Amino acid sequence: MAKSGGGNDGSVPTLPSRPRRIAETSAVALGLRLLAVGPLLILLLLVAVVGLLTPNFLKPINISNILAQTAVIAIVAIGQHLVILTRGIDLSVGANLALATVVGALAYRVTDSAALVMLAMLASGAAVGAVNGLVYVFGRLPHPFIITLATLSIARGVALEVAIGHTTMRGMPAEIAALGGGNLWGIPNSFFVVCAVVAIALIMVRAMVWGRWIYAVGGKPEAAVQMGIPVKWVLVSVYVISGVCAGVGAIVLAGRTEAGSPLYGNLLELDTIAAVIIGGASFLGGRGHIGHALVGAVMIGIIRNALNLLNVDAFFQMIAIGLIIVLAVEADVLRNHLEAKVRVLQAGRAP
Amino acid sequence: MSPAAASPVLAVRDADKRFGAVHALKGVSLEAFRGEVLALLGDNGAGKSTLVKCISGVHGLDGGEVLLDGERTALHSPAAARRAGIETVYQDLALFDNLTPAQNFYCGREIAGPRWLPRGLRFLNARAMDREAAAVIERLKVSLPRFDAPVALMSGGQRQAIAVARATVFARKVVILDEPTAALGLRESRKVLDLIAQLKAEGNAVILITHNMEHVVELADRAVVLRQGRKVGELRPSRDNQRQLVSMIVGAEV
Repeated sequence: MAKSGGGNDGSVPTLPSRPRRIAETSAVALGLRLLAVGPLLILLLLVAVVGLLTPNFLKPINISNILAQTAVIAIVAIGQHLVILTRGIDLSVGANLALATVVGALAYRVTDSAALVMLAMLASGAAVGAVNGLVYVFGRLPHPFIITLATLSIARGVALEVAIGHTTMRGMPAEIAALGGGNLWGIPNSFFVVCAVVAIALIMVRAMVWGRWIYAVGGKPEAAVQMGIPVKWVLVSVYVISGVCAGVGAIVLAGRTEAGSPLYGNLLELDTIAAVIIGGASFLGGRGHIGHALVGAVMIGIIRNALNLLNVDAFFQMIAIGLIIVLAVEADVLRNHLEAKVRVLQAGRAP
Repeated sequence: MSPAAASPVLAVRDADKRFGAVHALKGVSLEAFRGEVLALLGDNGAGKSTLVKCISGVHGLDGGEVLLDGERTALHSPAAARRAGIETVYQDLALFDNLTPAQNFYCGREIAGPRWLPRGLRFLNARAMDREAAAVIERLKVSLPRFDAPVALMSGGQRQAIAVARATVFARKVVILDEPTAALGLRESRKVLDLIAQLKAEGNAVILITHNMEHVVELADRAVVLRQGRKVGELRPSRDNQRQLVSMIVGAEV
């Protein structure tokens, strides 16, 4: 794909000497640019193909459906994306979400206030995230995989225990039900929740010093220490934020189903990781933005929806998503390779 | 030398450092003056890097002291050393590949506000950082292919130049360079040597670690030689005493 664009890309700054090197430079630059927009192109292609195959796909009711089904993955994937940016991983998000819905359902038995029930779910999510971050950093664990695997198990266990044998705990305040299940002019309210989470995350990541520090920690942790960045607290904070995102996801899911359940969020950790990677963020940390997480989440939603409309077996959905993950990871490898090539070409240039 | 050079900006007195059974520094003293390049020489394992890491706050000293402008200064961490006005260009450059040159310049010291917020929650003033960084790059005559591309896309020499330029932005007293040309080709080395000369001209005390005798003779006003954790000599390097310098480094007549 990188080599296909041999033509001269006019906007690339080139020197008049050595035509072959110039051609190569612009080919590599074009390849890098294609890789940058690749996931979005694949998404558009997917929409076009599925739209042609099944006329029902592009009907407003179905699009509204996809948005509602994608909301939870998208919200939790934004938190997961921040964790992956710092070279980490959060395996506990699914169990965290389940526990938060159970905590919400329990809170609803004590209070009728929607605000308090939502606060309980957010606090539950943040608490699990704080445990992840604090044990990972101050327990000096080599990798967050272990602790988040542990909290996956613990949170799920606690959720099952406090739900005392109920697989679903019915009942949610009307406001939460509206947030998760209602819609405005045919657009599901959960879509607006996603928009709000995206807006807040964008401000934190792009406009605030904290966001810059996340990229620094993911880019080169040792250098971040040398540059005086409070690396430990940056790491703790991303796990807390990921937990809060799981809490927001819990509000949406509990609202849509008007129930809490310890069985919710099964394999959500894998869906969100897949979304981040498919969307084009680097699994090695430091590279990617929120758009990647969103594109990936929508892609997963569309694949599921389309294969349902086409009456394709559910097993095939898993195969399809797996194949796309391989493609995305290979694209990341290719990008690193091309960047190394740019470095060599730079060094060969006349000063 | 200028009158300001009369008193050292940095003085290390009787520095002592052990790593378990290894006695890495045995009572080393040295002084660095403004507007002067001090070459720190020695064979591998002589203690150069250990000494430099003690000055830049990576290691703490077991004995002895560091004086900045005559005042005893505790350097607990790299951040503390930077606050005290000591900038270090590490051998691995400590650059963030995923960030642009300007973002690298200000990483950990972002221009941001409002001041009443905790540091991490302040809002970035990206425009000011881009402008200042571009001005420094311009002043040092570093040529970069693009200013808005991540550092990952730049050559070894360009990356080195960015790391050195970053040090010049914030250095107020001392700049330490750990083998700045080790990984570079001839042309790229030249560029970095010019930068070092400029750092000196701007009144910094420069401490240069290198194995390249040509560079020492060309740039250094003084050379301090370490061997097995001790200071074994100090002289003004020139073409004539180059052999003497080498014999001090290896500890034998050449």
